[in-house]
Amino acid sequence: MAYSRQKIFNVIMFFIMSILSVVFLAPLFIVLMNSFKGNLFIADAPFVFPSKETFVSFNNYLNGLSKTGFIKSFGWSLFITVFSVLVIIIGTSMTAWYITRIKNKLTKFLYYLFAFSMIVPFQMVMFPMSKMANILNLDNPVGIIVIYLGFGAGLSVFTFSGFIKSIPADIEESALLDGCKPLQTFFMVVFPILKPTAISVAILNAMWIWNDYLLPYLVIGSKYRTIPIAIQYLKGGYGSIDMGAMMAMLVLAIVPIVIFYLVCQKYIIKGVIEGAVKF
Amino acid sequence: MQKSLAKHFPLFVAPTLIAFLISFLIPFVMGVYLSFTEFTTVVDAKWVGIDNYVKAFTANTDFINALWFTVKFAVVSVVSINFFAFITAVILTRGIRGTNFFRTVFFMPNLIGGIVLGYIWQIIINGYLYKYQVTLTYDAKYGFWGLVILMNWQLIGYMMVIYIAGIQNIPNDLIDAAKVDGAGPLQIIRHIIIPSVMPAITICLFLTLTNSFRLFDQNLALTNGAPARKTAMLALDIYNTFYGRNNWEGVGQAKAVIFFVLVATIAYLQLKLTRSKEVEG
Repeated sequence: MAYSRQKIFNVIMFFIMSILSVVFLAPLFIVLMNSFKGNLFIADAPFVFPSKETFVSFNNYLNGLSKTGFIKSFGWSLFITVFSVLVIIIGTSMTAWYITRIKNKLTKFLYYLFAFSMIVPFQMVMFPMSKMANILNLDNPVGIIVIYLGFGAGLSVFTFSGFIKSIPADIEESALLDGCKPLQTFFMVVFPILKPTAISVAILNAMWIWNDYLLPYLVIGSKYRTIPIAIQYLKGGYGSIDMGAMMAMLVLAIVPIVIFYLVCQKYIIKGVIEGAVKF
Repeated sequence: MQKSLAKHFPLFVAPTLIAFLISFLIPFVMGVYLSFTEFTTVVDAKWVGIDNYVKAFTANTDFINALWFTVKFAVVSVVSINFFAFITAVILTRGIRGTNFFRTVFFMPNLIGGIVLGYIWQIIINGYLYKYQVTLTYDAKYGFWGLVILMNWQLIGYMMVIYIAGIQNIPNDLIDAAKVDGAGPLQIIRHIIIPSVMPAITICLFLTLTNSFRLFDQNLALTNGAPARKTAMLALDIYNTFYGRNNWEGVGQAKAVIFFVLVATIAYLQLKLTRSKEVEG
């Protein structure tokens, strides 16, 4: 009796969850649908399928691509994300290893400083930081990697340190005693052990940098547009939006993320959980 | 270990530390200093004492409005996101059919950036309001609830995944024993699941609270503060003060310092409060 009641409950839950899934997917579907409709038919009736009169094939896509230079933006986003993440992973894992294994006042202070930076809102530093980037000639797609290393350092050093604390130092010590150089020891012995954490840190940073709008807008936005900047640029200064082009560009912005998510879902969810647990 | 590694500070720490100094620490210290000055380019700063802080509150009501809007938004979205995330997590740990598919779908919006999310919801909400002959920026309440819906859509799946991880750590025997003793589902949730997932609750409250307070991209794309700056949250108001008005950089920086102190205090208090519950539980 109790068993069958639970079974009925599960069936009901299955239906509720199915409906909820449709609700969750609907916004993406609506954007996709409207990306094939003419400009004038989007704002009035976004929930209607394209019809013979409203269907414009790939015109919105072609229009949007030429207006925003989306392909270039995709390239910049990819370049900045990939190299920033690589630099962050290598740089902060080395730093985390050093400040965890070498115990003194300075390393303790640095650890708390990195942790502290995680809580500071971006608006607190955005103005002096963008001026600084400008003065130091970091306002280009290569220089911004340095900025991202500095901003990503907090969460990344904190996460790596948490993991390094939990692994014994014996193996590293015997490698160093055998005459292995510290750099060799790090990359041959320590880094392979850190790999699962490195993947999580990479995922968290990639999600942040790929979607980041304000930082790149302030630092390199006038010359180099990443995808979020290109989308915002489409809005223009006069309040009028080319809705068709906007829908098409939203689709192009979402598709790579969805593909990446479906391929790496296991790592992404694991990374997000691990990143969260560190707090 | 100590000796051979210690002297390699320049190699292991310096690169990250220099980047950290350039992009975070020096701007942070400068930011605190500049909030007491009048400046337009950071090198022409003139000391004005607490003038900027006074102006932030008295020159117009933008900052107070943004503060109030942000607090209301944070309360509503933290409660709703965590409520729905927890419920779905409980349902999706009962082994119903399609669990993996549901989890995949609910989590997906979290990966989409704030600007893109803002425009997705702008079209949907405007489309819905069209039949009432108004738009999203007609009344501040539309912008408010629009942002709440958007943030729920974005963060429910994220928090759900963290709650699921917490629930899966509860030993099955514990729940089975309670069932044998005749505990109903609500009693199991209240006396076993909630106390056991206190750490997850701490994390989720922390993440939703700090995310809500620091929200910028979604706010910019969805309403950009319209109508008449009534839907501008703190981060957007600070941005507008910096870049929207000449010679107001100092006031913007003072607002940013207040914003920082507020976020840090809330995060600290919240962590302390729920961590103490964890020990008791």
